[in-house]
Amino acid sequence: MTSSKQALARTAPSADAAPGSQPGAARRAHGRGTPPPGPGSWRSRLYRWDMKASPYAFVAPFFIFFGAFGLIPLLYTAWYSLHNVQLSNLDQQTWVGLDNYKNLMSSDFFWGALQNTFTIGVISTVPQLLMAIGIAHLLNYKLRGSTLWRVVMLTPYATSVAAATLVFVLLYSWDGGMINWLLHFVGVDAINWRESTWGSQFAVSSIVIWRWTGYNALIYLAAMQAIPSDLYESAALDGAGRWQQFRHVTIPMLRPTILFTVVVSTIGATQLFGEPLLFGGVSGSKGGSEHQYQTLGLYMYDQGWIIGNLGKASAIAWTMFLILLIVAAINLLITRRLRKTQ
Amino acid sequence: MRTSTRGSRRLMALAAVAALTTGLLAGCAEDSDDGSSDSDGGSGGGKTTLTIGTFGVFGYKQAGLYDEYMKQNPDITIKENVTTRTDVYWPKTLTRLQAGSGTDDIQAIEVGNVAEAVQTQGDKFVDLGKDVDKSQWLDWKTAQATTKDGKTIGLGTDIGPMAVCYRKDLFKAAGLETDRVKLAEQWKGDWSKYVDVGKDYMKKAPKGTKFVDSAASVYNAALGGESERYYDKDGNVIWDKSAGVEKAWDASMEVATSNMSAKLKQFDKPWDQAFANGGFATVACPAWMLGYIQEKSGDAGKGKWDVAAAPTAANWGGSFIGVPTAGKHQKEAIKLAKWLTAPEQQAKVFGKQASFPSTPSAYASLKPQAATTTFFSDAPITQIFSDSAKTIPTQIFGVKDQPINTAISDIGILQVEQKGKTPDQGWDAATKEIKDVLGQ
Repeated sequence: MTSSKQALARTAPSADAAPGSQPGAARRAHGRGTPPPGPGSWRSRLYRWDMKASPYAFVAPFFIFFGAFGLIPLLYTAWYSLHNVQLSNLDQQTWVGLDNYKNLMSSDFFWGALQNTFTIGVISTVPQLLMAIGIAHLLNYKLRGSTLWRVVMLTPYATSVAAATLVFVLLYSWDGGMINWLLHFVGVDAINWRESTWGSQFAVSSIVIWRWTGYNALIYLAAMQAIPSDLYESAALDGAGRWQQFRHVTIPMLRPTILFTVVVSTIGATQLFGEPLLFGGVSGSKGGSEHQYQTLGLYMYDQGWIIGNLGKASAIAWTMFLILLIVAAINLLITRRLRKTQ
Repeated sequence: MRTSTRGSRRLMALAAVAALTTGLLAGCAEDSDDGSSDSDGGSGGGKTTLTIGTFGVFGYKQAGLYDEYMKQNPDITIKENVTTRTDVYWPKTLTRLQAGSGTDDIQAIEVGNVAEAVQTQGDKFVDLGKDVDKSQWLDWKTAQATTKDGKTIGLGTDIGPMAVCYRKDLFKAAGLETDRVKLAEQWKGDWSKYVDVGKDYMKKAPKGTKFVDSAASVYNAALGGESERYYDKDGNVIWDKSAGVEKAWDASMEVATSNMSAKLKQFDKPWDQAFANGGFATVACPAWMLGYIQEKSGDAGKGKWDVAAAPTAANWGGSFIGVPTAGKHQKEAIKLAKWLTAPEQQAKVFGKQASFPSTPSAYASLKPQAATTTFFSDAPITQIFSDSAKTIPTQIFGVKDQPINTAISDIGILQVEQKGKTPDQGWDAATKEIKDVLGQ
């Protein structure tokens, strides 16, 4: 008790002294055009309060919404994941500790979903970004109707996932689908795109690639147009051809942009949900009869909203969150490494 | 001067931000009790808006029932909130029921979910048993919506008595019997006899056609005639020792392993297409599917399809409508629910939508649409379906009936049918899935 009082007593004068000792500093901070407000006047107090508080007020909406729709659900999900909660009986929650997580770790479906998420992520992200760079490079040439081409590139992105996927389902249908029909001209037997493991994963990836390539291409294009043209001119003077210019000028200059798109695409791939769900058609949340294209997102949806086991679904949600954190950490490490080598 | 304008501008911005924030938050708050805000009790002479939450097509709007009711009751306005997919509709409804807010005044319940509603949401629904004459419904229909202590939480709308829809022209081309009565005689009593007809069909099948759309549909149809499914009377899970499941599974395995199935998944886009292209010769069809077949086959199928009685009297689908206790206008909602499910109205919905009534007294007056009758070769549709409806056994449903059924048909059967696994492997896969569903 006494010691804290003494501490208070000791800090009090200095705290009092602080504002008094820096009137000059405060005035400087107000800027040259501001007449010095009379000390203690209502207006000056209001002004000072305004200076201090308004930045917080301006950023507050984001934090209020983040709290309401991000943080609280996040914590609530964590709480749920430690309980047995059924969708049909939300009031009855029995504490089960880490059982849901243990259950996940021993579930083949979970590991399968994790693996599928990874493979589908890789086979959709890598070709997508490579194609995007190539397309952006082509668009960067002087073209007739360049705006038209750019708009065309963005069209798939503007299409709804549902519409696009439904069309792809028809294209990939094993009996009478257009892709199998084309394959038969090359002498390839009909592939059951939905039920074969590689076929289905390829099909889902192709929808993702189709939707996002143009979007990434436009980002690359924007970055390419920011590259100063004298770099190319001097490269040309040194005798570099188109391809060498692309490799030694464009790619290095694009590096930060490439990193950005890699991070964004990785996060998108980890959360992949709509395409496989709709590709599966009726009971799509299973991701095929052997769960061959069930992603983590689908597994969570299936557990939570189809089976009604919200506790386990929450555990999956948190596991996904942790995986995303790990992915972000790896990205950060790679970014740092690359910056150092530059 | 300059300071003050700057200051006031900032203040104004602050105020704007504050207003925006509160406005948005208020918007959220308003949203949550939507539906009750536009009327106040209804007793004050103002209009009462009743909302009815459904999935898929219920046919009430199509048959003009809402308009008719609103004309009879000028102080009532009816608004239907349709959610197309059942797997979206039901979780949403469950959470709203338990939150005690956001429910519609009348809420539809699908037969696959009714056991869950009866066993877990019984206290969230008004007991309708006191307000209606229960004897007007088929006994087994009312039994499904009745809790252990005798509370009726939903009134039966339609049911799904089963028949077999078949392509007469394809049957003729394959050299089979085409008369609906003789055909029904051939497979009467057992779905495995139906499978035998399929074997005959495949011997001389017209090119590019199969006997049946999918093995899962045969499973579903066969199981629809068994009283014992995945649960016993006391609510214990018995899916792995149920005689009904075993019989249905065996029939579907015969289909899956003998190349007579078009290997489609029902209600998928390719399934729709197959109707138009004539990809398969038969499909087990509950009454409500007739409209679907007619729509997907288009004019090309007119007069080629016919309807024969199914091997066993079976039921697939059908719904209930219940009144949540959280509703603001319970009295009016009960009145409307009662009216909508009365025999006369059910007959009207059948005339428009071919949803089969769950009230036997309506059967005598059923009039199918003329177009439907010609489409199905003048088959006596009402006769076939009402004969089936009267002999359907009481089926026992359980809390996780839907996910167990999905596990068997979309995992187990599909693996055998489309991936060439053995029936044992398929059963093991389904077992694993069901254990996951039940958390075992």
